[in-house]
Amino acid sequence: MDQLLGFFLYFLSLLTVGGIYALLALGLNVQWGFAGLFNVGIAGFAAVGAYTYALLTTDVSPFHMGGLGLPLAIGAIAAMLLSGAIAGVIGVICIRLRADYLAIATIGIAEIIKLFLKNQTELTNGPRGINKIPRAWEHFTEERFYTSAPMSWISDAAGWQAFFDSLPRWWWQPMFTLTILLVIFGVYILLERARLSPWGRMMTAIRENEHAAQAAGKDVTRRRIEAFILGAVIMGMAGALFAQHLRLIDPTNTFDPAKMTFLVWVMLIAGGSGNNRGAILGAFLIWTIWSGSELVINTSIEIIANYQDMFDVGVLRTRAGYLRMLLIGILLQFILQRYPSGILPESRPAAIGKQ
Amino acid sequence: MWASFGFEFVNFYFIPGLVLGCIYALGAIGITLTFGILRFANFAHGEVMMTGAYFTWTISTLAGLWLGWSLHPLVAAIPAIFAAIGILMLIDRYFYKPFRNAPTIMVVMASFGMMLVVRSTVQFIWGPNQLTFVKGIDKPNEAVRQFTADLDLMILVPNKHFWIMAGTVIIMLCFTYLLERTRIGKAMRAVSDSPDLARVTGIDVEAVVRATWVVGGFCAVAAGVFLAMDIQFLETTMGFRMLLPMFAAAILGGIGRPFGAVFGGLIIGLAEELSAYPWIGDAPFISPGYKTGVAFTIMIIMLIVRPSGLFKGRTF
Amino acid sequence: MSDRQPILELRNLYAGYGETEILHDINMFVGSHEVVTIIGPNGAGKSTAIKAVLGLLNIRGGEIVLDSVEITNTPPEVAVTKGISYVPQTHNVFVNLSVQENLEMGAWTIRDGIEERLEAMYDLFPDLRDKRKQAAGSLSGGQRQMVAMAKALMVDSKVLLLDEPTAGLSPKYRGEIFETIQKINATGVPIFIVEQNAKQALGIANRGYVLVDGSNRYTGTGAELLADREVARMFLGGRD
Repeated sequence: MDQLLGFFLYFLSLLTVGGIYALLALGLNVQWGFAGLFNVGIAGFAAVGAYTYALLTTDVSPFHMGGLGLPLAIGAIAAMLLSGAIAGVIGVICIRLRADYLAIATIGIAEIIKLFLKNQTELTNGPRGINKIPRAWEHFTEERFYTSAPMSWISDAAGWQAFFDSLPRWWWQPMFTLTILLVIFGVYILLERARLSPWGRMMTAIRENEHAAQAAGKDVTRRRIEAFILGAVIMGMAGALFAQHLRLIDPTNTFDPAKMTFLVWVMLIAGGSGNNRGAILGAFLIWTIWSGSELVINTSIEIIANYQDMFDVGVLRTRAGYLRMLLIGILLQFILQRYPSGILPESRPAAIGKQ
Repeated sequence: MWASFGFEFVNFYFIPGLVLGCIYALGAIGITLTFGILRFANFAHGEVMMTGAYFTWTISTLAGLWLGWSLHPLVAAIPAIFAAIGILMLIDRYFYKPFRNAPTIMVVMASFGMMLVVRSTVQFIWGPNQLTFVKGIDKPNEAVRQFTADLDLMILVPNKHFWIMAGTVIIMLCFTYLLERTRIGKAMRAVSDSPDLARVTGIDVEAVVRATWVVGGFCAVAAGVFLAMDIQFLETTMGFRMLLPMFAAAILGGIGRPFGAVFGGLIIGLAEELSAYPWIGDAPFISPGYKTGVAFTIMIIMLIVRPSGLFKGRTF
Repeated sequence: MSDRQPILELRNLYAGYGETEILHDINMFVGSHEVVTIIGPNGAGKSTAIKAVLGLLNIRGGEIVLDSVEITNTPPEVAVTKGISYVPQTHNVFVNLSVQENLEMGAWTIRDGIEERLEAMYDLFPDLRDKRKQAAGSLSGGQRQMVAMAKALMVDSKVLLLDEPTAGLSPKYRGEIFETIQKINATGVPIFIVEQNAKQALGIANRGYVLVDGSNRYTGTGAELLADREVARMFLGGRD
């Protein structure tokens, strides 16, 4: 029974993190799949979302500015707005130039965001990060929530405590996962409508033939900036959810620019860029592979350890993560060369955004 | 004047800035050549620098262990350069060449992937921890110190900095000769100028591409080794940290303009070091934690006001 | 007549870009000492015909024969080694290279005798001798055209393809270019030339082809076409 519960909770955590990555992949799909914009600063936008959310919603802390203890939804909305605003600035500067420049600028902005979070210690607690970030559903069990409105209207502190004690300790986990899945569903519906709207059709026209679209009087640059901002807004939201999931964020490890950004790219390309369902499928699939490969590699290391003592197996253990990265990198190259349109190709004939 | 201002400024800010600039300049040469000739922003370039430095460390360590030799890093760098160029050729053959006729963004993505592949390979083989490249504190070059002290302008150049600057000058001279005087060098400029015309002129563009990797790889490994000599240790993120300043240098000098890239590298290096000088009051003008931000800011300003760079490079 | 011994032949050629077919059943040839010109309205596929010879686009049917060897669908860098020299209409010099370096690049496929070739080119294009150290990008349009032609002639050309060599040039330069073309032809190089300035082109050409909507419409000697009322009405009307 306990084992079954363990599997269930592992499955939920796969869905949770996979779901957050699915949101990032959907955001990237708006930028790359729809508009052909090459963003390699995904981790930066997610970090902005996560930190904005964290600073606004955590309880007052001596280590960093705030927290303001604001409601979770306000934190999440602010996360989306700030991430979108930063994307707007980058977009205005770089989108008229060729895709390579946008790539360089976005990887740069991700670095700058990291520098800022690391160095503005009084604001962000620097490299030590922010702790005790409220997680949706679980936050109801925190004293500051159940002693204040609207929870205090229903019952007093003792009543709430008794109620939460009567639930299993993991009660919030399915609720949190479900919330994330609902968010994905909502974003998916919105993006599908956007894709089929005149706006979406214009994006396709621009991507297929920029000059023709321009000649037809479309404001190409403006449309692209809009797509870039929309994608970043979704990424900011994913960042806020990621902060909730982790509850402790720091600038270097949580938002390792290379790893996070890269995984999202692999997910989108594998799933099928330009296809929203492909983005979601790719995210869950690659996350399962990524997370499962950890098990496989660790098990193989243990097997090696049992049969020989030539190598220092401890070294292998600490380096297994890099092997995973290496393999996923090779996987991307393979997909790019062999199956560039992914598992679920875009339903329109246009393939990759040409420049 | 010298005692109160110049000594500190020149020795602790200007010369380190120049040294950093040399490293950026060498790295930016490869970036700008790839951008000009193969038409893509190569995100894996910083990793070549890093890998070259790791090879150099390994060669000199093994030479010490097996043969009891203590090789100067610059000697150990020579075989490392060959190894790095070989790897670059393989990467080009298997990961970049399939995209030669595809939209350029495909190969940018492939290079972004290679950045991770190369780095995680190095992390897997050598481990994630820092390695000591050169031990001990480097003494200032005695000859320079004596000579300048007699002029009452005492300049303290650590030997490592002396080697880095001298090495950069020598490489630059060879590079200039290559581009201006040799057949392949002129062809590199021609392809950078117009790949389509090069093709209908009958120039063997693939040979030019190989030459680009050789030159870019050579300069990158030199830059990586110089960087390791300067900071005296190795870490797997050292290449990635160089990437942004090198892109900034290439854009500042104008894409496809190798001499522009060198100039850009020197400017970025100086700007980063001088930004920490207490220009106003006693505190550093810009906190050293934001050094990378200086390069990024310069790059963004260039992209806004003059994307073709100072020396009228190519804009896409 | 040895002049009419075909050195370059386009036989029943069908070609185009991507999905669109531009040339339909084209038949043309260039004789061993001839200047042959293609004229026709804009969009008739004149430049396309020359690009097809060079291998810059896909050939769906028919064949191209150079000196009795079939070269259909040979990529441009190989076509050059087989003796096809090509001067594009625009962007035809390396602007950041000096004049001499441009010529050296033209000689990429040969190893020996480059010095003599350079001398021969400076004799043929005396203006270039003084400017050989100058960047090609700093020259005037007419001079660039000279550099481009000299660059193309650095190898042993069996045929020289010129794509609208006088486009955008002043009348003075135009005349000069046509004179130069005759001079080049006098050295024994057959020339296949696409031209907008039909009258002048026909004036120096042995023969001409009129291309309309991607098909051969009229063929004849330069003089015949100039005298043809239909051709004159279509293309020569207002032109000088």
